[in-house]
Amino acid sequence: MIKKVSQHIVQEEPLVFELSSPGKRGYQLPELDVPAVDANAVLGSENVRGEISDFPEISEFEVVRHFTRLSTWNYAIDLGLYPLGSCTMKYNPRVNELVARTEGLAWAHPYQPDSLSQGCMEIVAALERALAEITGMDAVTLQPAAGAHGEFTGILMMRALLEKRGRARKKVLVPDSAHGTNPATASMVGYAVENIKSNERGMVDVEVLNRVMTEDVAGLMITNPNTVGVFEENIRKICGIIHDKGGLVYMDGANMNALVGIARPGEFGVDVMHLNLHKTFSTPHGGGGPGSGAVAVAKVLTPFLPSPRLKRDGEAWRWNYDLPDSIGRVRAYYGNFGVLVRALAYIMAHGGNGLRQATLDALLNANYLRVLLEPYYEIAYKAPSMHEAVFSDDRQAKKGVRTGDIAKRLIDYGFHPYTVSFPLIVRGALMIEPTETESKRELDLFIDAMISIAKEIEQNPELVLTAPHSTRTKRVDEVTAARKPVVRWTPKSNASQAAD
Amino acid sequence: MKYPENFKYTKEHEWVQVEGDEATIGITDHAQHELGDIVFVDLPKVGSKTTKGHTFGSVESVKAVSDIYAPVSGEIISVNDLLSKSPEKLNEDPHGAAWLIKLRLASPDETRDLLNAAEYEKYVGAES
Amino acid sequence: MLAAIGARSEEDLIAYLPAEIRFQQRLNIEDGKSEYEIVDYFKQRAAENALGSASFLGAGVYNHYRPVVVDTVVSRGEFLTSYTPYQAEISQGTLASIFEFQTMVCQLTGMEVANASMYDGSSAVPESAMMAVRVTRRDKILVARTVHPEYREVLKTYTQHQGIPIDELAYGKDGRLDPDDLKKKLDDTIAAVILQTPNFFGILEQIPEIARIVQNKGALLVVVFTEAVALGLIEPPRDADIVVGELQSFAISPSYGGPYAGIIATREKYIRQIPGRLVGETTDAQGRRAFCLTLATREQHIRREKATSNICTNQALLALMATVFMTLYGKQGLRELAEQNLAKAHYLAGKLPLRFDAPFFNEFVAATNGRSPEAINAGLLEKKIIGGLDLGRFYPELRNCMLLCATEMSKRQDMDTVAAAFGKQ
Repeated sequence: MIKKVSQHIVQEEPLVFELSSPGKRGYQLPELDVPAVDANAVLGSENVRGEISDFPEISEFEVVRHFTRLSTWNYAIDLGLYPLGSCTMKYNPRVNELVARTEGLAWAHPYQPDSLSQGCMEIVAALERALAEITGMDAVTLQPAAGAHGEFTGILMMRALLEKRGRARKKVLVPDSAHGTNPATASMVGYAVENIKSNERGMVDVEVLNRVMTEDVAGLMITNPNTVGVFEENIRKICGIIHDKGGLVYMDGANMNALVGIARPGEFGVDVMHLNLHKTFSTPHGGGGPGSGAVAVAKVLTPFLPSPRLKRDGEAWRWNYDLPDSIGRVRAYYGNFGVLVRALAYIMAHGGNGLRQATLDALLNANYLRVLLEPYYEIAYKAPSMHEAVFSDDRQAKKGVRTGDIAKRLIDYGFHPYTVSFPLIVRGALMIEPTETESKRELDLFIDAMISIAKEIEQNPELVLTAPHSTRTKRVDEVTAARKPVVRWTPKSNASQAAD
Repeated sequence: MKYPENFKYTKEHEWVQVEGDEATIGITDHAQHELGDIVFVDLPKVGSKTTKGHTFGSVESVKAVSDIYAPVSGEIISVNDLLSKSPEKLNEDPHGAAWLIKLRLASPDETRDLLNAAEYEKYVGAES
Repeated sequence: MLAAIGARSEEDLIAYLPAEIRFQQRLNIEDGKSEYEIVDYFKQRAAENALGSASFLGAGVYNHYRPVVVDTVVSRGEFLTSYTPYQAEISQGTLASIFEFQTMVCQLTGMEVANASMYDGSSAVPESAMMAVRVTRRDKILVARTVHPEYREVLKTYTQHQGIPIDELAYGKDGRLDPDDLKKKLDDTIAAVILQTPNFFGILEQIPEIARIVQNKGALLVVVFTEAVALGLIEPPRDADIVVGELQSFAISPSYGGPYAGIIATREKYIRQIPGRLVGETTDAQGRRAFCLTLATREQHIRREKATSNICTNQALLALMATVFMTLYGKQGLRELAEQNLAKAHYLAGKLPLRFDAPFFNEFVAATNGRSPEAINAGLLEKKIIGGLDLGRFYPELRNCMLLCATEMSKRQDMDTVAAAFGKQ
């Protein structure tokens, strides 16, 4: 039985281009206090454009209504559990939104003099300190714009250090359970990728690692806990194997929500890692971004951090560009500052003990889900789960129902699906991460839904195979979208729409 | 007979049909079935060369990409333009109209170690 | 809950971790603070910054008014607290708005396809270079020195290990790309020429002429923009092969350098070489219009080490701000806004000695006539005005020059004060 949701009326809405009527306006400009100039005269008529064809023309209230209507077609954390594994969909505190909009912060220009930016710089410094403490590393850069950007920064630094030592080496090792960004990143830094097979417990196989680790290998990119939600129990040994041959260990911190306050990567042998501030530190995902991919490094890598770095000069901060070994900039300015403000606010709200408590709560929620779902779904690996539990659809596949179908049926029950078909090493993976945000009540509703779906699969698999049934939009035709890509609106597509 | 007798096959699920010093290459019915709805076929330029065992193109479904490996070496003399507009043909007629490339064979004896239709059918039977 | 999983305490949840792995101390981070204390902390930090000053800084980050409705929209939890729209059935709001965004970016730039956004303008530049290398199968890049200096630095960082050599192109006396230097360096090994307009000096480059030279040699022309408002008035770079840029000007606050929203747009024939996320139109099982992420096989989660880029996130929420902004201003408003910017900048420029003589939009280079930009700015600060950017920072040969920007938010009185500060010898 579906307990969490019932259907209600959804507003239909065309695209803004279809709402437009000539002459409507949603803006007011101040009166011009200087003489107007003739664009054709000062720019040359060849440099002046005609009107922008089909650009919208609608009123302010229509704008509000348009986007509000579109918003109601979305699911969101604010509506309920959003158990995407490895994405850490937790509550986004609203005070963070408020402080990020504080005028002196939101309107700070990156080139305003350092003397007039001390508040911003202190925020950057405070967050760097907190993240160094949490990771047990020596220094942190906040410049990367996202997790994959942080990986890129980290591997560039690894390469710079190895080059300084004499040889950049050729390969980077990546476990087969890793996120796709890991191999893509290594390749952008000019490394070949060697995939290493996980063992039967879903972990890096130490013997395989011993065999493939040579002096041609720059290092290992490892996710810990890994993408099956399991702590790599041999992590110290793994780091030892890499270090013994002169390599470096990169840790993908996507799953750091399982470790904050519990274990520090800097203490178990990691040389460089990134943190996703939009996962672990609660900054909003915003439908796909912005993120922030802070990178923490051990002492040996600090000379290679991206330029510029903060430097304390007496009583004041300044940006230091005199960094001869730096890998250079990975983006303009200093990072996604607005995201940094939110992350620092989250850390301040929790404090050291609160952060640890949040981790324990996340582990408790994941294990509670796991224990109650195990009678119905096949757990992928018997090893203890940390912040997420990964199941396979083995039992359901026998009835012809796959993880993607179960995911779609969950939508009818009022939940966002878990992560589907990832990690690749699990056949038909269901990767479920509830985070500390969820109450027992919400978790029980979810468990109830999952059990109910398992029963539906036994009795009426067709119901699940054709889900979702209650959404405004039914299953979409992704095949046609890919065969004949239409990625922009044109008046012609409007005409065919109207004819429907 | 599902798999034409006059083709040779690879374990990577390509087929090759040799006529004189020309070879026509495609992917097998088994391959298209495993991939599901094919949305895009990436093929090399005419005049380029490919070597046995190397990739010369790829086939995409919505959520997967598969490399295509050359069963034999040679210079590409023709690519199937039909597939750029209608990739779905590869699902419909993989052994016929939806061939991928034709090439001029560099060394005709390269086909010797490929599978014949019966061997291939047995191989995919065992694989699935 | 503990009982349900057979644990006595929460500590049992981590008991299996080896003792030498577990962090046995307390994190050295102060105890949790109340909401009031947090708000107060950030207010205090803000007070240590420039507050209440007028500013004439541009250089890639612009002061434009943010209509209130922008935050009304992006504060809706359905946009703010949702993830990447992988589950199309319950993400149509985000998908439809990105589809609108992609369309408006095309309309604005004169290109045929645009993606769902990039991290920012600076990182979009190397992504365009990598794309040009894939398209042309050549490996060298020429970048004009009039492209934002930090964007050029990012380009170097990105390409250093990818076998993509970068060379720079000089600017001429008029502050535009020197076509002779281009002709000298352009040959059939060049994958792309990267040019910015309005360029870092605020000057419009001659895109059609340059495009002809570049494309005749089989290279691609990449056009960069940092001031999106200019596109309300100036001819878009229709002759470019790839356009990348920064939409910060469209209702994204300067926020000390980020987060912003970059764009990449190109011709239809290169659609499969574009990096990042793309939203496409399709139908659902009932035959109704629907949207979904498409051409995902280009991306890292499928193609892994062979992906077009490692990029994963886009800047959806910032792109949404820009979309709301473009919708509010619309066809007429964006032009009027650009005209105001043009008028303000030309008013200020009219009172100052200019370093270059070429058409400019809302930024220009003023010569400080022997006085140091630092001294002029120090004087202005006493009047609560942040002056222009000292160009010596990026261009040693322009040591006595300042880059100034005026927007619709610049007041005449403040511009007169700036002019007076230059005038005092």
